Amino acid sequence: MSGFEGFIYPNEAEIYWSVLIAVYPYITGLVAGAFIVASLLRVFNVAKLKPVYRLSLLTALAFLLTAPLPLIAHLSHPERAFEIMFTPHSSSAMAGFGFIYAWYLLVVLLLEIYYDYRKDIVEWASKFKSVKGTIYRVLTLGDRDISDQAVKKDEKVVFWITVIGLPSAAFLHGYVGFIFGSVKANPWWSSPLTPIIFLFSAMVSGIALVLMIYVFGSKLRRQKPDVACVSTLASYLLYSYILDLSLEFVEFTHIFYAAEEGIELIAKLMMDKLFLTFVVIQIIVGALLPIILIVLTKLIKPKVQILLYTLASILTLIGVFAMRWNVVIGGQILSKTLRGFSNYSMPLFGPESLVLALAILALPFLILYVLVWVLPPWAAEKAETF
Amino acid sequence: MKRRRFLLSVLGLGFAAAGLQLKVSSVSAASPKFLFFVDVTKCIGCGRCVVACKIENDVPMEPIFFRTWVERYTWLRDGEIKVVSPNGGFNGFEDGSIEAIEVEKSYFVPKLCNQCDEPPCVQVCPVGATYKTEDGVVLVDEKYCLGCRYCIQACPYGARYIYPSSGPRKSRVGTADKCTWCYHRITKGLEPACVKVCPTGARQFVFVSGDQRLRRIKGLKGLKTLKPEMGTKPKVLYFGIDSEVR
Repeated sequence: MSGFEGFIYPNEAEIYWSVLIAVYPYITGLVAGAFIVASLLRVFNVAKLKPVYRLSLLTALAFLLTAPLPLIAHLSHPERAFEIMFTPHSSSAMAGFGFIYAWYLLVVLLLEIYYDYRKDIVEWASKFKSVKGTIYRVLTLGDRDISDQAVKKDEKVVFWITVIGLPSAAFLHGYVGFIFGSVKANPWWSSPLTPIIFLFSAMVSGIALVLMIYVFGSKLRRQKPDVACVSTLASYLLYSYILDLSLEFVEFTHIFYAAEEGIELIAKLMMDKLFLTFVVIQIIVGALLPIILIVLTKLIKPKVQILLYTLASILTLIGVFAMRWNVVIGGQILSKTLRGFSNYSMPLFGPESLVLALAILALPFLILYVLVWVLPPWAAEKAETF
Repeated sequence: MKRRRFLLSVLGLGFAAAGLQLKVSSVSAASPKFLFFVDVTKCIGCGRCVVACKIENDVPMEPIFFRTWVERYTWLRDGEIKVVSPNGGFNGFEDGSIEAIEVEKSYFVPKLCNQCDEPPCVQVCPVGATYKTEDGVVLVDEKYCLGCRYCIQACPYGARYIYPSSGPRKSRVGTADKCTWCYHRITKGLEPACVKVCPTGARQFVFVSGDQRLRRIKGLKGLKTLKPEMGTKPKVLYFGIDSEVR
């Protein structure tokens, strides 16, 4: 019973949503953010992002495939997990997960990747023999028509999928925010702004992730990353971070100005209980520092600008994870008695532990490695048009 | 081209079928058959109710799992409010940490599931494992619960916990558990275990139809529910509590 403070309900001694539930919104946020990067090129014609277009799609897919893992791993009865799709309870926000996930995976991401790569896949199917050739022959799904007319149609399809995909991506992650924002019992979560803040922080983290993967991917291939592309990504990272921070500012201004019941506890939660993860990591190291880094790099344009942008991205990724942690864990250590705090200490090993969380976070990089091997995203860099 | 179109239409049909599964269900609005009345002016904090509940309902004996528990609210002369619930009141309250001279007033508040008329736990359950019966009691289907814990987050009263593997009822392990007002007893016309053992009548169970006490209880001034601002419409009615009790 160590670490408790004040009075908590006896059943609150256990923290019921662990680190894995902080990992889950982090991953879906990265998916949504990476997809938004891809749509910047497709829908908004930001041509400088061409080198990362396909990479961001594959990144979104790799992370989306991992997204259900932390959820299933934290269920006491994972064998019943599919009941959420077979017998969903319509008033539950959580029951939407399976459908939103399936929609996003099957209708948006897989279709977009298929149509975007179709021409290449058909070419690779005849170029490669052995196993790789077989993979491509399967991936053509039997359609080998790559006449100009067919390819033009593909592009039209991809455009419209992206147009549908943008609100879908927003919904995928906004919905995760709603899961928390709609819990009226919890003053730290309950806010109509929560889904929007989640969405903007998702954009921030997704852009940072694509930037980081692009730079490291280029280094691994011994290629020079495209400076204009990285710089444009950094600009979008900056814009979305400013929007995100403004929204958080509005949220906290409201909390402190309205000063409803339990305000002393919320203040203590932020400035004491979550001081390290909120004030130090989320705000200073994870938000202000990368913003300053990007602004300074834009102003001075030093030779090491790619390095600085990458550093800013890594800090951002840490900061956004801290935000997820502060929401999920912070909301639970604040007791519903509004008279005290519970305590969470993360186990290093075992179920719902640090090691499992790290393994789940590492998995999408492995998946991405395989995806990049099967569907090299780099070819598009050289293409004049897409 | 035909094949592509076919693939798209199959996908479309699949989603339409899945969408149909989402049938609209709402919490039944049937009038409640039972009410729970707590008179804190009579509670002596003996904790017999907590013990009886744990035995009757196979609640694990560890001090962090409770279907019902008792809190002690103490107002000190300087205005500070102290709340404690050592082991949920299981062993009574014997700590002498507060000097009697400092105390303005003090009383015990038994807590249990409020069987809300608008239960947030039922609203958020993704599979409908937590549901409201026609007589107004909220139950958990242990064969169906995923153990996602969303209901625990949604309950404003801290009434729920996840049944641990150390508990005596193995079929319930890993599922959400909470007070049912001893549903297995009240549906046979018996009182809940905690009411049965209460030596002072601080806990009273009311069978709404034909219960003589109903009019007297409803007529009491200062009858309160916990956290009414949550809009959950609790069915545990408290007599003698201050607004600071939550």
